[in-house]
Amino acid sequence: METAFDSAPAHHGIAPHRCGECCTTLRGVGASYGGEPVLEDVNLHLHCGELTAIIGENGAGKTTLVRCLLGETPHSGEIHFSDAARRRKDSPIIGYVPQRVSFDREAPVSVLDLFAASLEARRPACLGVSLSVRGRTIEGLRRTDASHLLKRRLGTLSGGEMQRVLLALALTPVPNILILDEPVSGVDHSGRKKFYDLLSRLRRQYDLAVLLVSHDLASLARFADRLVFLNRRVVCEGPPAEVLRDSRVREAFGLESIT
Amino acid sequence: MNGVWLEPWHRAVSLLPFEWAQYSFMRLALLAVILIAPLLGGLGTAVVANRMAFFSEAVGHAAFTGIAIGVILGMSGPLWPMVGFALLLTLLITWIRKRGGLSSDTAIGLVMAATVSLGIVILSKGGDFARYTNFLIGDMLGVTPSDVAGLAVLTAIAAALFLVFFNRLLLCSMSPALARSRAKRPGVAELVFACTLAVVVTCSLPWIGILVINALLIVPAAAARNLARNTAEFFAWSIGVAFVSGIVGLIVSFYASTATGATIVLAAVAAYAVTLLFSRRRTG
Repeated sequence: METAFDSAPAHHGIAPHRCGECCTTLRGVGASYGGEPVLEDVNLHLHCGELTAIIGENGAGKTTLVRCLLGETPHSGEIHFSDAARRRKDSPIIGYVPQRVSFDREAPVSVLDLFAASLEARRPACLGVSLSVRGRTIEGLRRTDASHLLKRRLGTLSGGEMQRVLLALALTPVPNILILDEPVSGVDHSGRKKFYDLLSRLRRQYDLAVLLVSHDLASLARFADRLVFLNRRVVCEGPPAEVLRDSRVREAFGLESIT
Repeated sequence: MNGVWLEPWHRAVSLLPFEWAQYSFMRLALLAVILIAPLLGGLGTAVVANRMAFFSEAVGHAAFTGIAIGVILGMSGPLWPMVGFALLLTLLITWIRKRGGLSSDTAIGLVMAATVSLGIVILSKGGDFARYTNFLIGDMLGVTPSDVAGLAVLTAIAAALFLVFFNRLLLCSMSPALARSRAKRPGVAELVFACTLAVVVTCSLPWIGILVINALLIVPAAAARNLARNTAEFFAWSIGVAFVSGIVGLIVSFYASTATGATIVLAAVAAYAVTLLFSRRRTG
């Protein structure tokens, strides 16, 4: 079943920085939980260099969609990734920033330990960190201006610092797709702006396909290239200005009073 | 197995100018403590970080049922039925947790209630329970050379498995969502660790005692948490505290004529109290 989304090449030229060739395609994706359908017939294209935001009410299937992409939830339909040379890849590198990680504040785990546990092939983090992983960690943290946090315990980081560390981790190695689940919940207004500025810069720098799940409509209107309003299926999608004018979106988010 | 291979150890320790070092059973017990205590201290870091303290407690207590099964089957020693039952229990608890419905501590509490009672009912039939009280407080001074050999093999295997799965366990302890996205099959790591823990606890408790075995997992790690700023320090401090309190506890129990397992635990608790004074939380 071909859908309107296959007209994607028409978007070329809007954002000159992106190659527009690599693409994650979701075709007829569906998932159910305990017999109840949570997602039905979702069709989406995620292009590199493009920030796509999923919006929707609680229980609309946003997190389930993320879990399908991560390969954590069985789904029907098809998800595949093809790179710039149009080669299909079954397992793209996915960078993932989870929703509100609740670390044990007293746990003796440093930022470096977190990276070591994720990046070390053999050496257990309890026996120290190899020089190569330390180097990759510093390099990763520099991308999000967080290299000064290397030795800090995770429990001592502020919400904004934690987000930058998790973002740096998701970018090491540089992924094909970056997925963020409610990345700014619990971060204050100026922290949010900084975070989105950083995200926009990184997206351009690394030509990332970014998928964001968020409720923060005001920021999304500014920073997202495309909004997808999900309510079990894709209700509407397009440029933020267009989607935010849609009556179904306005009703769901109580936007009647705003013009 | 006779103890010829232990001759160099006996000769070396007996050179120490202490009364306890002149007894063969003390030298064997010392070797057993040197093997068990750091192993429990090291595994304890993950028990604390991954919130498995109640699980390890339940596995230790389930030994009653393991012993009872051995008695019913007419087996000569209780060790194999104990280990077998502990593994079965680990799988059962993992399955219940995975299935959901019951919260983890309710599930474990339920299983523990069932196994402890079942074991006690079977063992107390005919008023014979007193025979098994040794398991409650442990008998460190009854270690034989073949026990020491068994413990050495156990320590080597358990330490190797633990180190192989350590990074994945660390990610699981921080965030399941993060672990799923960064680690290969984190669930396997958790299951292997739970099984390793079950076997180590079960094999150590004839010497340490059912009532106090869990403390040897928890207390050194709790003390280490007060001092450590990162994972490597946490691990090193926990092993160090377990090692030192193991030796101190053994020697004190010799002179004070007390149960060794519980004396070691008290030494570890004393170490914990000392670490509170140097806690990084106080110094910021």
